[in-house]
Amino acid sequence: MTSRSMTRHLALAALLGAATLVACTKQEESKKPEAPATAAPAPKPEPLKVAFVYVGPVGDAGWTFAHDLGRKYVEAKFGDKIKTTFVEKVPEGPDAERVIRDLVAQGNKVIFATSFGFGDAMEKVAKDFPDVYFEHATGYKMAPNLRVYEGRFYEDAYLAGIIAGEMTKTNIIGFVGSFPIPEVLRNINAFTLGAQSVNPKVKTKVVWVSSWFDPPKETEAAQSLINQGADVLLQNTDSTAVLQAAEKNGKYAFGWDSDMSAFAPKAHLGSCRLNWGLYYAKAIGDVLNKTWKSEATKWGVKEGLPEFVSIATFVPDSTKKKVEDAREGMKTGTVAVFKGPLVDNTGKEVLAKGAVADDKWNGAINFYVKGVDGKVPSGK
Amino acid sequence: MNELASLVAATLSAGTPLAIAGLGLLINERAGILNLGAEGMMLIAAFAGFAVAFHSGSDWVGFAAGAGAGALVAACFGWLVIWLNTNQYATGLAVSLFGGGFSAFVGVDYVGKKLTERPHHSIPALRDLPFLGIALFRHHPLVYLTIAGALAIAWFLYRTRAGLVLRAIGEAPESAHALGYPVRRIRLLAVVAGGALCGLAGAYFSVVYAPLWVEGMIAGRGWIALALTVFATWRPARVLLGAYLFGGVTMLQLHLQGMGVDIANQLMSMLPYLATIVVLVLISRNPAWIRLNMPASLGKPFFPSL
Repeated sequence: MTSRSMTRHLALAALLGAATLVACTKQEESKKPEAPATAAPAPKPEPLKVAFVYVGPVGDAGWTFAHDLGRKYVEAKFGDKIKTTFVEKVPEGPDAERVIRDLVAQGNKVIFATSFGFGDAMEKVAKDFPDVYFEHATGYKMAPNLRVYEGRFYEDAYLAGIIAGEMTKTNIIGFVGSFPIPEVLRNINAFTLGAQSVNPKVKTKVVWVSSWFDPPKETEAAQSLINQGADVLLQNTDSTAVLQAAEKNGKYAFGWDSDMSAFAPKAHLGSCRLNWGLYYAKAIGDVLNKTWKSEATKWGVKEGLPEFVSIATFVPDSTKKKVEDAREGMKTGTVAVFKGPLVDNTGKEVLAKGAVADDKWNGAINFYVKGVDGKVPSGK
Repeated sequence: MNELASLVAATLSAGTPLAIAGLGLLINERAGILNLGAEGMMLIAAFAGFAVAFHSGSDWVGFAAGAGAGALVAACFGWLVIWLNTNQYATGLAVSLFGGGFSAFVGVDYVGKKLTERPHHSIPALRDLPFLGIALFRHHPLVYLTIAGALAIAWFLYRTRAGLVLRAIGEAPESAHALGYPVRRIRLLAVVAGGALCGLAGAYFSVVYAPLWVEGMIAGRGWIALALTVFATWRPARVLLGAYLFGGVTMLQLHLQGMGVDIANQLMSMLPYLATIVVLVLISRNPAWIRLNMPASLGKPFFPSL
């Protein structure tokens, strides 16, 4: 190789390397910093800086997408009173603390961390910055300037269950689960109870994929449930793969986290959408009005955080009415998802007659209700 | 009975992309180049295949784009490791990392896009046979082409002169060079062919299997394809067998979960890996056999004496 061609090769290699670096460095700000004004602007109150930490990419559907819709909602609502920033794809681990510290250093006064695994990082950073407000989704650790919020997603799962119970022909419905934690077990049980409320013969089959996000595996899990006779599926994973697998097989499924009706027009029965914006508006309002206090917020269908939307036009009106009735019942407090008498699938009573589940009971769910096949994987 | 047939069908479908990628990697490893960039190539190809299928409306144009994208990335990799003699392991890892980031970056606008109506494939005369119809004859054409491809590659490697030259270059590049074979060019060809097959596998995931594009969607299957080639001791038929085995056990463990069998699901998730390793290690437990089959110059740089 001559030295000239060597130089050429090396230059090309350097170019390739540079391109890689550019492609890999990707942190986005929702609003570009404004160009410095030429004339001295009239004195205006500094906007409140609000930052969001996302566990996944924003994309077009799913958990993080739903949070980002919430961010856009408050941006539109508060206008120039606030300025929002987000960092996406933050891994749950030591990196999260660095990202959160960084956001505080950039002058953000409110930090929303939108995944359970950010809890430790939030707790540590909150201790160091008492004048910053920290908000942690689906968490449980609190401090004077750190509070938690979540939605009662299982109420949506119950409404989906009503449709599933009416639409199933095989009386077998399927659930693709991520990890056997109380949050997901609540959804499986609520889905089953919803279906049983209209069709006592329904059985639920569950397949775990040990991931929040693995589209090929979600597809395989859905396929395996369909092969075993399930004809209506719900999932607690983040992609649209289950819905699309149902579409391909001529079965039914639901959207989760965001409205997924566009992905599978024939299979989509309805979507369990999360309107995080409602809570974000309240939280930012609390800060602006100086009424912020450390508390745990759990909003359900009543408050509108989980909302069951886009019910398919081919779902019979009688079914839609049942969903509507249950929804109204949840709003007025006459319908509770978990109420006694309730037995698990081994026949043990888990809620006595007349008892209604409280949040402590909800947080400790580690069983399947009657009608779900199999046993909760314990991993112990 | 129908459940079993569906299980067989799902196995073939799940094993196919692994087999395609594994066969591709086998070709370039037989020429002495180890490309750890499989995951990255598959991700870029999954994106390219999806985007092109989305705009063109044709799956096959999408496959071609995926294969082309895989070949292009592989060509860059080949040029780096064959001409610049960069370290194959490090360069391959870089391609994997690059592929993940790059495909996510350029693919942002395609997340959540939807391909046109997915067609159902079947072989008309055979599709209604009891059991076999469901199990074997209602697949995407690529499933059958993969089996034909594995046979063709085996024939090429062991029954043709070109295959002999390819293997010779993987075993003893210096000797092949002394005999007048253009070692570097042939290696590049092998790497490009391997990249094209990895690309095809990536496109199969995003166009047929899932079918959707979202970043990171290959989720480690490139690494499994790499491991398959090693456990299959670089024999095409065994790569095919290993891929189906992996796909089969994956589907079986999901199936057992659905049936409510009481085994920890974490253990079940390990099963495909365990089963594939155990079976392939058992078939190739003779160390002489591995030495005989492993390309002697695999992963080593080659400096032609001028």
